[in-house]
Amino acid sequence: MGEIQNIISIAFIGAGIFFIFVAGIGVLRLPDFYSRTHAVSKSDTLGVLLVVMGLIVFEGFTLNSLKLSFIFILVALSNPIGSHALGMAALKKGLKPVLGESKNKEEEESNVGS
Amino acid sequence: METFFLGAAILLTAIIWIPVYRVVKGPTIFDRLVGVNAIATKTIVLICLIGYVYGRIDMFIDITLAYAILGFVGSIAIAKYMTTDKGEF
Repeated sequence: MGEIQNIISIAFIGAGIFFIFVAGIGVLRLPDFYSRTHAVSKSDTLGVLLVVMGLIVFEGFTLNSLKLSFIFILVALSNPIGSHALGMAALKKGLKPVLGESKNKEEEESNVGS
Repeated sequence: METFFLGAAILLTAIIWIPVYRVVKGPTIFDRLVGVNAIATKTIVLICLIGYVYGRIDMFIDITLAYAILGFVGSIAIAKYMTTDKGEF
């Protein structure tokens, strides 16, 4: 029983650290503020939830796992709400997003013309 | 199993240094705030793993709960402040 618990816990924590690493790369490399909030709110939340789920599996049914499930619910609610609040504040202050030239529009027009 | 938790904590400490670049270099203040939010979220996991490494998770778990609530309240308060006329970027 303990071996299976350890293996499931290691799998969850490894996957969570991978998603946290992806979120870090997204914060570093994405070109715009709004796309960076995308990286922080989704990928980072998934990584943290996977690591906390792995710790709950490792702990079993105790008082500590109840507190860890409180952290699970709190992070799942608070992290997207915080990122959304920051994005809304930036939109109200008039921060312009970076918009690239879309090549698809020309293709659509050529398709319509033909 | 403690060795695995220690390795995971060291790896997470290395990952936390990636958003520090965005906090220092960010063009606007909102980029810096997003970097701080990312660091706070990763620190929640790091404190949990350190608690398992030391074997005193019953003490560290309360610190983790307090840190999570404080990070959320701080992020919301700064976002609310930036929407007023005083906050500029």
